Amino acid sequence: MPEVLISPEEIRARQSSPQNRVPRIALIGNPNSGKTSLFNQLTGLNQKVGNFPGVTVDKKTGISQLTPSLKAQIIDLPGTYSLYPKSLDEKVIIDLIHNKKSEAYPDLIIVTADASNLKRNLLLFTQLADLGLPLVLALNMMDVAEEHGVQINVEQLQQDLGVPVIPMNARKGIGIAALKILASQQLTGLNQPFYKIPEELLTLVRQIRYYFELKNDYLALHYAHQYKKLSFLSDDDKSYIEDLLKENKFDSNTLQATETIERYTVINGLLLDSVRVVKAEKNEQFSNKLDKVLTHKVFGYLIFFAVLFLMFQAIFAWASYPMDLIDAGIGALNGFIHERVSGPLVDLLTEGIIAGLGGILIFIPQIAILFAFIAILEETGYMARVTFMMDKIMRKFGLSGKSVVPLISGAACAVPAIMSTRTIDNWKDRIITIFVTPLMSCSARIPIYTVIIALIIPERYYFGFLNLQGIVLMGMYLLGFVAALLSAMALKFFLKTKERSFFIMEFPTYKMPRWKNVGLTIVEKVKAFVFQAGKVILAISVILWVMATYGPGNAMENAEKTALTEAQKLNLTEEETANKIASYKLESSYAGEFGHFIEPAIRPMGYDWKIGIALLTSFAAREVFVGTMATIYSVGADEEEATIQQKLAMEKDENGEMFFNPARGFSLLLFYAFAMQCMSTIAVVYRETKGWKWPIIQMLYMSGLAYLSAWAVYSWLS
Amino acid sequence: MQREEKSVRDLKIGESGTICCLKDPEMGLKLLEMGCIPGTTVKLNSRAPLGDPITIIVNDYTLSLRLDEAETILLKG
Repeated sequence: MPEVLISPEEIRARQSSPQNRVPRIALIGNPNSGKTSLFNQLTGLNQKVGNFPGVTVDKKTGISQLTPSLKAQIIDLPGTYSLYPKSLDEKVIIDLIHNKKSEAYPDLIIVTADASNLKRNLLLFTQLADLGLPLVLALNMMDVAEEHGVQINVEQLQQDLGVPVIPMNARKGIGIAALKILASQQLTGLNQPFYKIPEELLTLVRQIRYYFELKNDYLALHYAHQYKKLSFLSDDDKSYIEDLLKENKFDSNTLQATETIERYTVINGLLLDSVRVVKAEKNEQFSNKLDKVLTHKVFGYLIFFAVLFLMFQAIFAWASYPMDLIDAGIGALNGFIHERVSGPLVDLLTEGIIAGLGGILIFIPQIAILFAFIAILEETGYMARVTFMMDKIMRKFGLSGKSVVPLISGAACAVPAIMSTRTIDNWKDRIITIFVTPLMSCSARIPIYTVIIALIIPERYYFGFLNLQGIVLMGMYLLGFVAALLSAMALKFFLKTKERSFFIMEFPTYKMPRWKNVGLTIVEKVKAFVFQAGKVILAISVILWVMATYGPGNAMENAEKTALTEAQKLNLTEEETANKIASYKLESSYAGEFGHFIEPAIRPMGYDWKIGIALLTSFAAREVFVGTMATIYSVGADEEEATIQQKLAMEKDENGEMFFNPARGFSLLLFYAFAMQCMSTIAVVYRETKGWKWPIIQMLYMSGLAYLSAWAVYSWLS
Repeated sequence: MQREEKSVRDLKIGESGTICCLKDPEMGLKLLEMGCIPGTTVKLNSRAPLGDPITIIVNDYTLSLRLDEAETILLKG
């Protein structure tokens, strides 16, 4: 008997790799070259979003049926202008194509190029070609080129470039079939390089090439340029290259610049043969005219605020219908289950798991609507104008023009707002935006604000229509906004980054949105939220439920008994008795213990253990505060807000004065304005920053700010 | 010896110039890749309402960039 047994499956698995695996095709191209449209056309709904290791870049992959017998995996890479990456996002490209051993190393690359703008798009193409990778050039947006009067001789271009060129229009699906057939033939090209590596560099390049056993000089040159960024190289490999470069006085920046210039010279010569421009840009003129209004000193901002208002209205008002439906649906489902079965496990299912799931699902309408707006604004090209108009103002606060939309969206809900910071390329700008967005007063704070404002602010009118309570409510929103801007300014000084902030970008012409892309963006964002942030939300919901339902020893039974005897003495109705039991039980639960435990810590802010319980339970979501207060004061969690207010107004402190006096009220208002009382936000920050560092810092900062300001206002007013 | 260099920053709206060289090496690479090659004509297309950033037209397409980025693109003559 041999010692090691190999099962037949294993033998088959060994034989099948690597020849029989699904071939991989990578999509690479400039931003705005229609890469995403092409990816959507090739894969349809067979898409999967994963992550590239170590960076916060989504890795979109999908399966495409090239021919009836051949499937291929398509990998969508971030848009880039060149193979010398400027941002972390672009770095994943070189990490992928420079590492033959990488799991996702592509067998073929489809380069997408904007036919109306071939010169700049070919820079990337020539770099890829010189790396000796098998390429197909998808000459996209032929219709736009034609509109601009650009005529391209595809035959000639194909001859000059030496790779298959397919003219196409990915938006409308034209040329997809031809591309699939050509890709399936897996053409390999061995051609003259476009860029000849200078003689004086060849010795160095060859040394690296032989050391790493590379097949290609240009690939070796790339190792020299970016060994620091290649995460698959060992430290020894890196120091080997570093020493070589020092010996040869290798000036990476200058060499990259000369290479780029030489490539453009070659491209210019090349395109002379195959591309002719016969008429002036019509679309550009149209865009310019539109820009005169849309980026006007006065109308530009007015229109922007109108767009924002519409977006806000949509998130606030339109989303409330599906949200109410989800809420009612969850309630009905729980009611249905309770009618049929009962027991502690059923409670865990209904109050813990299903309620937690409800807490996740309830965000979907807002996320979907916000991303529908953002996708349309991006697709039409308007977003670039917003960035353009707001950049100077936002930069004063350490933010960028691209932070505007996330910040404003934060006033509806921080969860989709933080997800929308993806559009900010610069790491520092993005972290600052993520960090300050939850300070904006979101819609979940409204119930707390209204209940407390009604308690402490008299209903008084100025000039007949200015309601004092309304003014205070508006003040709370303003306070959040100011706190966000000031925090951003402060953070600007603490954050250091090696990555430079570039603003330079292509200013797209106005276009009609591609509805398929809008739809796919919505699906992708909702999926990302439900599956990634959802896990954390569900886990915390269950923990909080356990804390509020169970108590130490037989505390819970005793609480029920005490409540029952008292209720009998007072001759309470059945409903009042049930409310009393719930209140006593909550007090005796672990959550209640926690409330008592933290009372010394929260007393400086004017809070007692009852508010302590509400602070804990509302950590799941702020709006739970009102419900918990209702339970503690045995109102019944589903009562109208007015009933809760009456009950709270009757509450007295030890001196017989009103407990919810202005000092405690303002203290609570400030606490909820600043505290990070939202686990969904924490979960989404964790997801977006790929780690616990930022959510933890953010929570400490916001809790600290909340605690100090609540304490200050309480001691000042009392 | 050398007089004050003129850069894209100094252009008026609608005015064109020819790129002579790029001052900042790191920024320069990014600009080169976007098509701002020495010898190319560049035209100042518009300014944001607050004066910064600006849009320029190079090689028939529009780029937007901040003033301190535009400053690194030096012009001939």
